Amino acid sequence: MSPPVVACENLEVRLGRQLVLRGLSAELEGRAIGLLGPNGAGKTTLLHTLLGFHRPSAGWVKVDGLDVAADARRVRERIGYMPENDGFVAAMAGIRFVRLMGELAGLPSAAALERAHEALYAVGLGEARYRPIGSYSLGMRQQAKLAQAIVHAPKLLLLDEPTNGLDPPARRRMLRLVRDIVEKGETRVILSSHLLRDVEECCDEVLVLKEGRIAVHCDLAEERRLNRRFLEVEAEGDAEALAAAATALGCECALVGRRLKLVLPEGVAVRDVYQAAARAEVELRRLAFRRDSLEDIFLKAMEAPDGGV
Amino acid sequence: MAVFEHGHRPYAGPLRPERWRFLILARYGFGEALRPRLLLLLFGLGCLLPLGWATIIYLRYNVTALQALAVDPSKLVQVDASFFYWFLNVESGIGVLLTAFIGPQLVSPDLAHGAIALYLSRPFSRREYVLGKLTVLLGLLSALTWVPALLLYFFQAGLAESGWLAANLRIAGAILAASLVWMLVLSLVALALSAWVKWRPVAGMMFLGLFVLGAAFGAVISGTFGTGWGHVFNLGLLLREVWSALFGLEPFGLPQRLPPLWAAWTALAAIAGAALLLLARRVRAIEVVR
Repeated sequence: MSPPVVACENLEVRLGRQLVLRGLSAELEGRAIGLLGPNGAGKTTLLHTLLGFHRPSAGWVKVDGLDVAADARRVRERIGYMPENDGFVAAMAGIRFVRLMGELAGLPSAAALERAHEALYAVGLGEARYRPIGSYSLGMRQQAKLAQAIVHAPKLLLLDEPTNGLDPPARRRMLRLVRDIVEKGETRVILSSHLLRDVEECCDEVLVLKEGRIAVHCDLAEERRLNRRFLEVEAEGDAEALAAAATALGCECALVGRRLKLVLPEGVAVRDVYQAAARAEVELRRLAFRRDSLEDIFLKAMEAPDGGV
Repeated sequence: MAVFEHGHRPYAGPLRPERWRFLILARYGFGEALRPRLLLLLFGLGCLLPLGWATIIYLRYNVTALQALAVDPSKLVQVDASFFYWFLNVESGIGVLLTAFIGPQLVSPDLAHGAIALYLSRPFSRREYVLGKLTVLLGLLSALTWVPALLLYFFQAGLAESGWLAANLRIAGAILAASLVWMLVLSLVALALSAWVKWRPVAGMMFLGLFVLGAAFGAVISGTFGTGWGHVFNLGLLLREVWSALFGLEPFGLPQRLPPLWAAWTALAAIAGAALLLLARRVRAIEVVR
């Protein structure tokens, strides 16, 4: 049985006098793991700890079964890292920079050049690969960072806010590329983002951090399967009357302001809800089927007073 | 399959040995360093100058040529320790200029846009990073100093009477040691400046300023207090004092009062150590604000 992609036990990281990560214990086994949390939750610090940039002040963390503190070099061989901030040499052409990164990861020169071309094409920079990176737009720099992270085909890809600064088409392409990488099954991905949608689109496991602690660790695929579909209704008029009518139909009902969440039982259709609304003289402004989203999970975690749910 | 049709795919080929991975950075550094034509020209000049010195050696042993040129052999320069000492002096002048231009462009571009974090996220250490960058300068300066100097030394040994080589082994050792000390001090100082001064022209000026201002400051201190100790701030003088000792020559063209030799060595070691410390502070994957 292969070891979890990341395992940590009572992991604490102190930066100066500040305790940034507080006793994290988890085993991450998903193919794509989303790292969520508000600013300052410790997401980037966790990624840096996985790279061996910070030494744990207590506990341990392992990547692919290797202790990061004891064997950082072997760990880094397995990792491709796309940082949140800038990471390039402005005067270097994209192809030269990505090739250099491939060679530093251990690829022979010719293989690094070949793979640099491929990586730049894969991220959508094929036509711009001979231009100095300093002349790239913000979005292109993001793509170049991804290219250097995948050029050596790492086992684990750490993506820190990969869609920052991307326009919608570029963002879609970036997420599609991440999904492609995940689906090929050779590379695991840890995607740190404050955009829930990015994580929702790509990841099958989520770790939510809050104030350096794990607030939620869940298997997103399992959550999706378990979550019941519900009808979200926005009503204009006497929403309580509609709630009562829906309950009379046998629906589980929750009312928040003018919004109702209805779980329809067997045999009850949307048409019945329309009719109930007509009888209660309530106007329906919006009506849509939904499932509990990652946003709900995240918000619950953030609202929980003890830092977890 | 065309390259643009390839997607992300795994790699199962061989990997480079880790021990020499710092040379990758050096190879890329060489490529970037000599890209400006002016620097290439300067480097070329430094590489061609030894031909002039080789001509002097050749003429000393070519009676026909001496007769044709009507040159008195006794008036030709002696090929001894001072010959090689002055050869290194001339070449080191070009070396200082090259270092002032190339040194500042080695580290600062990596720091300017966070490339250091990417280098260090590879199986590549800070030590290897510094070694790689240092190799660029050491390689270029070697091509100007000990490599041509030793070639001239062996050229002379080949032409001279038997026994010259054995009698002058100290010169070979002095060439190597003097070049190494000079290259290490210069390269470390240039890299440290490159790490701390973002604007390359300023870093280059500061590098040259270290020689000029250090000499001026040293002269003022020494003049004011009537001591040779002020010259410990004069990097050029310290190097020449150490070189003179290595070649077994009396200090030539230097002030009468000099700091003791051990102080010169100590000052050079302190400068190199301080430069290394400054480099270590800047070459980090991430800056932690405490």
